[in-house]
Amino acid sequence: MRLVLTGNYAAAYAAKAAKVEVVSAYPITPQTQVVEKLSEFIERGEMNARYIRVESEHSAMAACIGAAMAGARVFTATSAHGLIYMSEMLWWAAGARLPIVMGVITRAMAPPWSIWSDHCDLLSLRDIGWIIYFCENAQEVFDTIIQAYKVAENEEVLLPAMVGWDAFQTSHTAEPVDVLSPDEVSKYLPPRRPLPYVIDFERPFTHGSLCYPDRYMEFRYLMDLSMSKAKKAIVEADEEYGDLFGRKYGGVLEKYLCEDAEIAVVTMGVLSGDARYAVDILRKEGYKVGLVRLRVVRPFPSSELKKELKSKKLVCVIDRNISIGRGGILGTEIKALLKNSSANVVNVVAGIGGRDVSYEDIVNIVKRSLDLVEKGEVPEYMWYGIDKEYVVKAVGEYYEPPAL
Amino acid sequence: MSHPLFKVIPKEEYFLPGTPACPGCPAALGLRLLLKALGPKTVIVIPACCSSIIQGAYPRSAIKVPLINIAFAASAATASGIAEALELKGIGDANVVVWAGDGGTADIGLQGLSGAAERGHNIIYVCYDNEAYMNTGIQRSGATPYMAWTTTTPTGKREIKKDIPLIVAMHRVPYVATAALAYPQDYVMKLRKAAAKKGFKYIHLLAPCPPGWRFDSSKTIEISRLAVETGTWVLYEIEDGKFRLTGPSKGLIDKSKRKPVAEYLRTQGRFSHLSDEDMAKIQKIVDENWEWIKRWLEG
Repeated sequence: MRLVLTGNYAAAYAAKAAKVEVVSAYPITPQTQVVEKLSEFIERGEMNARYIRVESEHSAMAACIGAAMAGARVFTATSAHGLIYMSEMLWWAAGARLPIVMGVITRAMAPPWSIWSDHCDLLSLRDIGWIIYFCENAQEVFDTIIQAYKVAENEEVLLPAMVGWDAFQTSHTAEPVDVLSPDEVSKYLPPRRPLPYVIDFERPFTHGSLCYPDRYMEFRYLMDLSMSKAKKAIVEADEEYGDLFGRKYGGVLEKYLCEDAEIAVVTMGVLSGDARYAVDILRKEGYKVGLVRLRVVRPFPSSELKKELKSKKLVCVIDRNISIGRGGILGTEIKALLKNSSANVVNVVAGIGGRDVSYEDIVNIVKRSLDLVEKGEVPEYMWYGIDKEYVVKAVGEYYEPPAL
Repeated sequence: MSHPLFKVIPKEEYFLPGTPACPGCPAALGLRLLLKALGPKTVIVIPACCSSIIQGAYPRSAIKVPLINIAFAASAATASGIAEALELKGIGDANVVVWAGDGGTADIGLQGLSGAAERGHNIIYVCYDNEAYMNTGIQRSGATPYMAWTTTTPTGKREIKKDIPLIVAMHRVPYVATAALAYPQDYVMKLRKAAAKKGFKYIHLLAPCPPGWRFDSSKTIEISRLAVETGTWVLYEIEDGKFRLTGPSKGLIDKSKRKPVAEYLRTQGRFSHLSDEDMAKIQKIVDENWEWIKRWLEG
């Protein structure tokens, strides 16, 4: 069935198609449409599910954990402050190895208040044991949420999964989406099996009790091991989905015109559409450019990225996030991967707090990066699109991260 | 076997011996009685509190029913999720119980408690109230009483105790009760009554803590009894909106029947610094509380 849906509505349809049994959520802009639509589905009886209208995001994730512990397939969604407010519980969900799936509509953090997209909220939680997907458009949101259940519930994985998409540009932009019914999806996604440990009065267990230093480390090791297995599960889930329903996304990375490329642009999320268009323009101008879109941040596609990027002349990583005092988070990770290769990595921080990054901007970024590489003046990272006049007026100087 | 306790309290144990609870621990006794009252089809949710330790460390456990440990502020919401999912899966007859301390209830967990109470999930929330953060070393909580010494109120707490059972009752939940360990039948009957009702139920158990309150570990029950006999701790239940005194508290409306509060306070090192004036002020707080109770009973 083809419907015109925003990214948020696509997420709600995906949760319905995945036969989610418990939804627990707290409203926050720009996530609200997801849970409004789900409450409609549940109240109309279109989903056999409970909606727990909690009083905070901390409780939203706690209720998801409780419901998942009792064996239910659960879903929630949040953004920015909601995500950070629930962050304590995200550790509990991951450590408890519960296959919870959560939509994260990325939004910049206050102060000052902003409701527009950047990826600082989601990426600040990259180290806690959640699988992290990131989508480009509404169709991918729909497909990825269903795939995320397949991966999270995989017995070799058993880790929760966040599925990210950008505020407004994806969350509120309506596009045609091919929506699968719950019956169609059940061919791909069977009911959740009671794993890892589900409350059972015949076989009582104690979960999460005090663990001494002689054992705790093994629990973290086992999470890391499962995360490493998640990569294969993600690729297989994408392949199987593609075989059944005709759409796949390249597993952990999507590549566009990469084969003969000397320059690779690396992006994530909604900017990738503009980046693809910028690649087309640069190609027409004679630049051998390709695009690598990260679809998965955890597990980090290290070997896939290294293979793809190590022999490029220029790798231009556009980060819609900033680790204050370090640079772009994805750029930092990719530089570490490529440190022994001949590739020059230029890390560009752009689009923070919803600042528009057009295809012309991306063309500019690539040309400027190339120029810096040719001059041998590659900085640790660089900000793109800062109003220098405003900054100088405010503090009397403009700072540029220096070349290393 | 002929002891009257056995008529109310089953012999079956779901709380196994050999725990690291302190001698005379009221939380260990309270949880043991709770499990006897509710039986094996019970899941316990425990936030950070003394019972996180008392249950035993991985891979062993002293608790013979499903037990979920969860973050400090998260017990009521976690229980909400469990209750909804179990009902959806046709296991709605199980007891979903929160077993939380006073810090996890009156302070950091209050928002979650209020949310779950307002939504009316089928949960029994039990607060064992030892009147401070005992697990971290006797720091003041909102439930610490007036002038009590704690490590963060070294000259005595200047504020009065937060009244959680009444705050919960104002959510118009079907059942709220208080309990004291010196009256186990009363406690167990209240747990059973809570289990028989649908919706959100709340029981507040006073839990005299030997190391935290500074008394000998043989005196837990004695001090629990004095708390009730002096009227400092009132045994009551609010069933479907109707307030009723229970146990010995029924006979204490008349002030002359109550022992002086000083008899209770003097048993505990945490009140050893109190002046006569402080004692009188605490007596006044207790008497005023009874005036409220009288008015409620008169309607």
